Amino acid sequence: MYTSLSRKLLLTLLAWLIALIIFFPIFWMILTSFKTEFEAISTPPTLFFEPTLAGYREVMARADYNTFAFNSFAVSVGSTLLALLVGLPAAYSMAFLPTKRTRGTLLWMLSTKMLPPVGVLMPIYLIFRDLGLLDSLTGLIVIYMLMNLPIVVWMLYTFFRDVPREILEAARMDGAGTLQEVLYLLVPLTLPGIASTGLLSVILSWNEAFWSINLTTSDAAPLTAFIASFSSPEGLFWARLSAASTMAVAPILLFGWMTQKQMVRGLTFGAVK
Amino acid sequence: MQRRASGRTVGGMRALLLQAPAVSLLLVWMLIPLGMTLWFSFQRYNLLNPMISGFAGWNNYTFLLTDPALWIAIGNTLLMVCWVLGITVIGGVLLAVLFHQEFFGRGIARLLVISPFFIMPTVSALVWKNMMMHPVNGIFAWLFKLAGLQPIDWFSSYPLTSIVIIVSWEWLPFALLILLTAIQSLDDDQIEAARMDGAGPLAIFWFITLPHLKRAISVVVMIEMIFLLTIFAEIFVTTSGGPGLASTTLAYLIYLRALLDFNIGIASAGGVIAIILANLVAIFLIRTVARNLET
Amino acid sequence: MATLKLDHIVKEFDGAEVIKGVDLIVEDREFVVFVGPSGCGKSTLLRMIAGLESVSDGDILIDGKKVNQIGPAQRDLAMVFQSYALYPHMTVANNMGFSMRLAGVPKADRDARVREAARILKLEELLDRKPGALSGGQRQRVAIGRAIVRNPGIFLFDEPLSNLDAALRVQMRIELARLHNELEATMIYVTHDQVEAMTMADKIVVLQGGVVEQVGSPMALYHHPRNRFVAGFIGSPTMNFTEVEVTETSPAGVQVTLPGGDSRLIPVESGNCQRGERLTLGVRPEHLTIEDNGPMGGTVTVIERLGGATSLYIATEDGEWVVMADGEVQKRVNNAVRFGFDPGRAHLFMENGDALPSLNRHPLVNIERRENRIDTMDQQ
Repeated sequence: MYTSLSRKLLLTLLAWLIALIIFFPIFWMILTSFKTEFEAISTPPTLFFEPTLAGYREVMARADYNTFAFNSFAVSVGSTLLALLVGLPAAYSMAFLPTKRTRGTLLWMLSTKMLPPVGVLMPIYLIFRDLGLLDSLTGLIVIYMLMNLPIVVWMLYTFFRDVPREILEAARMDGAGTLQEVLYLLVPLTLPGIASTGLLSVILSWNEAFWSINLTTSDAAPLTAFIASFSSPEGLFWARLSAASTMAVAPILLFGWMTQKQMVRGLTFGAVK
Repeated sequence: MQRRASGRTVGGMRALLLQAPAVSLLLVWMLIPLGMTLWFSFQRYNLLNPMISGFAGWNNYTFLLTDPALWIAIGNTLLMVCWVLGITVIGGVLLAVLFHQEFFGRGIARLLVISPFFIMPTVSALVWKNMMMHPVNGIFAWLFKLAGLQPIDWFSSYPLTSIVIIVSWEWLPFALLILLTAIQSLDDDQIEAARMDGAGPLAIFWFITLPHLKRAISVVVMIEMIFLLTIFAEIFVTTSGGPGLASTTLAYLIYLRALLDFNIGIASAGGVIAIILANLVAIFLIRTVARNLET
Repeated sequence: MATLKLDHIVKEFDGAEVIKGVDLIVEDREFVVFVGPSGCGKSTLLRMIAGLESVSDGDILIDGKKVNQIGPAQRDLAMVFQSYALYPHMTVANNMGFSMRLAGVPKADRDARVREAARILKLEELLDRKPGALSGGQRQRVAIGRAIVRNPGIFLFDEPLSNLDAALRVQMRIELARLHNELEATMIYVTHDQVEAMTMADKIVVLQGGVVEQVGSPMALYHHPRNRFVAGFIGSPTMNFTEVEVTETSPAGVQVTLPGGDSRLIPVESGNCQRGERLTLGVRPEHLTIEDNGPMGGTVTVIERLGGATSLYIATEDGEWVVMADGEVQKRVNNAVRFGFDPGRAHLFMENGDALPSLNRHPLVNIERRENRIDTMDQQ
């Protein structure tokens, strides 16, 4: 098929139109965050205006953004590292020491993710209360680790499965034990996959709202709780709400954009042959 | 190289040992709350009224199962999941084909399209609720007025539709990401061979591209299903399940019973029902979809 | 330098036996080739020797020591894989030095040995490259280098040349033979390519369905195949087979009636052959000759001229026969031809496939390649 310039221009137009439509709500949120409250709700919507940081200043005055952001960061990264640590051996054994039960185990792990969290909120709440884990980073990290573990194991499993078995056998002939096999070969060879697994886990943890809202109050509250605290009473103050939203979303959005290439390469769940 | 079935018994032991941490953690994570939920579901237990207590038998269950709300919620859940899956998979395939083509500024356009995936559901819901779908000041309302139409009050007139729109917007980029990667792995030789055989673009899409995407589509359906069944924040922020029960899903119904009515007994029974339903769906889904996942 | 003994080795996968009791002795410095059709168990057998597959029954002894339970790295052997299995993220030098790094060999020693191996394999220029930047032949050499640096008692090769193109395969074959001399190591080599087996082996092990069909020098297998399977498997084009009837047995051989009605005396041990018994006669294409009054005849259907030799595919009443004639043969397609053979070059097989042993041993059978090579080395 010939690729004429006009065809390419047409494609460019169509693709950009769709991209802009899909991105519009985010764009509008960021734009609104620099407006005054009056401009924010005006109809017709204002596109050109004098940007102001008033919304941001008010948010900062009302809540300690840095603490929330730090909690989000600590919980996402901590739970991800923990999930990788626990998930890696499991994925290794599923990929390289398969038994008849492997498939069943993997599917069972995934099925645990289908349980509605609400269904088990009460017991978890009571257990956390008794263990003193309510409103603690440790508690959230454990919950998120468990929440992401099935996906982490599945993704790692698909990456490991793609490593040629002969390479690991060669390493065994060369005298590598399991630990060395993993450290010197498996991890370097599947680093892109491990990275994208970690990235996805970080994003999912960062954005999780149910547990963070229900299990934290102040000390360990991450940005999802921060946003929730702005949602109801400030419903009418759009500029302020947009500023808070932008602040909650910006780190992960930038992170996502920067690691996008890495993530796309790995986000296949073994679907690409 | 074909993968050989391992006949090692030592391997079996090692496999067990390596899987032990993950499996036992998930087991604990599943079984203890499950056990407690089961226990509570047979108790009379209301946080507002500590005087009520004792064994309830099947009362909590009969109460729920005869409550029309349960069936409405199940219906809503299925409706929402099906619609979102349909929209994101079909839209994802089309967008993947489009964004696979060469065009100017493709890298940046791709970044923009996948952005919604990174936005936390709470924020998405807030933005859509206030700035997009607000009946007076929202962008949609403004567009309708421009077109000379009466603006729609989305969340009171079409609550479930609104939820579907928001959730689809969140998950479309995910579908696109996975399907795009899959399309990129499609062998050019195959397409050229098809072209030699006289296939037009549509025939190529239908007979070559789509079959190639089968595995990726299975993955998208499976993962989205996992997350869609437990959708919470979007409903919580926008409609709170209303008006009435119009946008109450099963997960949200349990939340309503548990946290608003403080009736732990009934909420737990609802949890058990949800778990059973989730497992039914999971079994069905996993049997059908997972078949596509193994080579 | 090491010897290997397989004592009734059995391998089961999910209850099915894929190796059904293999006995074998590999002498020190011997070049042994396992050959057979795909699925015959040759690779499994090699992997069991390597320690990558467990042994269901029987013993593997290296230098007289039972190694069934010893890990692959402790068996004093090295393996070259079909896919080369190089570590893609390491340079050539690191690939070759990996085993020594794991064993804690000091860096200076490691480098020295890697450089020595690189010199032998002419890889010096490539030591800092990664496998992705190498050609197939170079990767192959690195894989061999990785085995050499370990200085193992036994080298194992799993179809190492099957991913190379034809010209490179010939070159690597010669190189491997040279290495075998130079390193004075025991080598076990798996292939499905009988040319590789014939050209490199001191001893060929023909496997089929998990059973050893015959063990012997290349010439022994060629001239004295023990059964019909080996006869058909070794040699190219494949041996011609036809059914014949015994008319007489004597100490001088077995008299049989050919398809055309003529009879010939084949000089083989008659054993307990009876008159009237039906046997299978086998003659290699290169042992058939075009003769105007030969005992068999037919019409030429296809001619393949290779220049030095010509293959004629001849349709006879008895099915298709292939005759390997010289390059000058004047026949054309559709010509009628007659052909015959030297009875001393023919083979007879009983109904169960076993060959009737030839009365005369072929003079080349006892010449071993190794002696050949040592001779040439002495001359240098």
